[in-house]
Amino acid sequence: MIFKGRTWIFGDNIDTDVIIPARYLNTTDPQELASHCMEDMDPGFPKKVNPGDIIIAGKNFGCGSSREHAPLAIKTCGISCVIARSFARIFYRNSINIGLPILECEEAVDFVKAGDELEIDTDTGIINNLTSGGSYTAMPFPDFIKGIIQAGGLLNYARKAENQDV
Amino acid sequence: MGMTITQKILARHCHKEYVEPGELVMADVDLALANDITGPVAIEEFKKAGANKVFDRERIALIPDHFAPNKDIKSAELCKTLREFARSQKIAHYYEVGRMGVEHALLPEQGIVLPGDLVVGADSHTCTYGALGAFSTGVGSTDLAFAMMTGKCWFKVPETIKFIYHGRLNPWVTGKDLILYTIGDIGVDGALYKAMEFTGDALKNLTMDERFTMSNMAIEAGGKNGIMEPDDVTLEYVKSRAKRDYEIFKSDNDAKYCRVIDYDVSEIEPQVALPHLPENSVSIHEVGDISIDQVVIGSCTNGRIEDMRQAARVIKGHRVHPYVRLIIIPATQEVYSQMIKEGIMEIFIESGAAVSTPTCGPCLGGYMGILAKGEKAVSTTNRNFVGRMGHPESQIFLANPAVAAASAVKGRITHPAEVADI
Repeated sequence: MIFKGRTWIFGDNIDTDVIIPARYLNTTDPQELASHCMEDMDPGFPKKVNPGDIIIAGKNFGCGSSREHAPLAIKTCGISCVIARSFARIFYRNSINIGLPILECEEAVDFVKAGDELEIDTDTGIINNLTSGGSYTAMPFPDFIKGIIQAGGLLNYARKAENQDV
Repeated sequence: MGMTITQKILARHCHKEYVEPGELVMADVDLALANDITGPVAIEEFKKAGANKVFDRERIALIPDHFAPNKDIKSAELCKTLREFARSQKIAHYYEVGRMGVEHALLPEQGIVLPGDLVVGADSHTCTYGALGAFSTGVGSTDLAFAMMTGKCWFKVPETIKFIYHGRLNPWVTGKDLILYTIGDIGVDGALYKAMEFTGDALKNLTMDERFTMSNMAIEAGGKNGIMEPDDVTLEYVKSRAKRDYEIFKSDNDAKYCRVIDYDVSEIEPQVALPHLPENSVSIHEVGDISIDQVVIGSCTNGRIEDMRQAARVIKGHRVHPYVRLIIIPATQEVYSQMIKEGIMEIFIESGAAVSTPTCGPCLGGYMGILAKGEKAVSTTNRNFVGRMGHPESQIFLANPAVAAASAVKGRITHPAEVADI
């Protein structure tokens, strides 16, 4: 899939309490969760995001809690893709499972500036910086993960597997 | 080629003789658990996927502990969703308020998790059960829904970092201090995607409760799990609790580790993790004069009976500082009851502490002790992220229960030896 959008830059170790503070976890409504995304770090963030925008972050993005509400809040507030040096393990799984594209790419994190417009091809991992003219290549997903993404999430993947009796 | 304990448990649960790091496997799950925050999302996914029956009602635990007893109407609705699902599916391990406890303290205590098990939980601190010699790890709600439907979960077999703790522990140094020190050494992503295996002579003297504290915080270094080989202490703990068979796994002598880290624990003093990351741990002697507003002793990290005993030993005969709120939350009803039997409850009440029924409450800024702007807290919990316990401009200092108790008495971060009468 191809995504195009402007970038928002965050640092290292952005934790799930920053992405969606636990005080808002008394709901499962994606819109309500999205309205508080990144609130304690950048108040008003969801209002500033345009659909398709991209988050660029440092290492260990999404560390902390297992709350799936975190990638859900990011996705629902309009972010199309998150690029980071590395992702915390549970956040990585959760993003794949709910269909939030995430890519590990050191180069992009090193060179992309806030507000740059990027075009990302998640199939090839190629990231083109339309503002600076740069191009970066992200780590490709393992085939197994690609299968989950192509099926439209883990549960669809499970249903498919069940039908094929594998 | 030999295998680590983590490899062995994964291999057993996907019916293979051998699995190697990097390999993707679909493994059988012995127990899948969720709470009142992650459970309702999993239940929604479960229903959306068209499932109508869980794979095994005996192998699922649903525990309303985060915002329970219900903190507000929305939380009450979440707990209701969990309760109704548990009833309709006849879930064996559902614990209602009054019987429930903080999940990661409750399940081992009740003998629901045992050595050799493979456990997934929709809670990041599911890694706690590694202390029993089980492979356990946190997942999200969709993974949990999948596990409830199929009894399976996919894993990438992790490489293992081996931690060897040797030497004699200094006074007032606990499992909490060893793990804070470790996280401080390797960083909050130091074990990202990896298994952490805790070994060494120094661990032999740790109580089961202190071992749970260590495994509990493996996730704070990014670890997939934090495991220990069962020994006599483990078997003694499990003996009276297990209601089914279990299996003991140990790492082979020729098991391969991606890194081996050796610590002389005699060099470790009680640790304090400064705001706003668990990796900011320093020796208590380096903290300086920091006055505090609140102290919390509890959580899945340090809410067990041994934690309460340690705090009580310090606080006995003292009063909580007039400017400090000391909030103590035993993690389970059994801990609560034992505190009464041992006279610990009386020590806390007489000192001027508030003692609550079990809940995760303040640890994640839910309720029962939210911090105001600019306030500082010493907490025996596991995370000191920005806004974790309340206002984004509040500050959390993580420490062991004895340090927390001493700090409550003095109104500033304090070494237990300064307060305790022993």
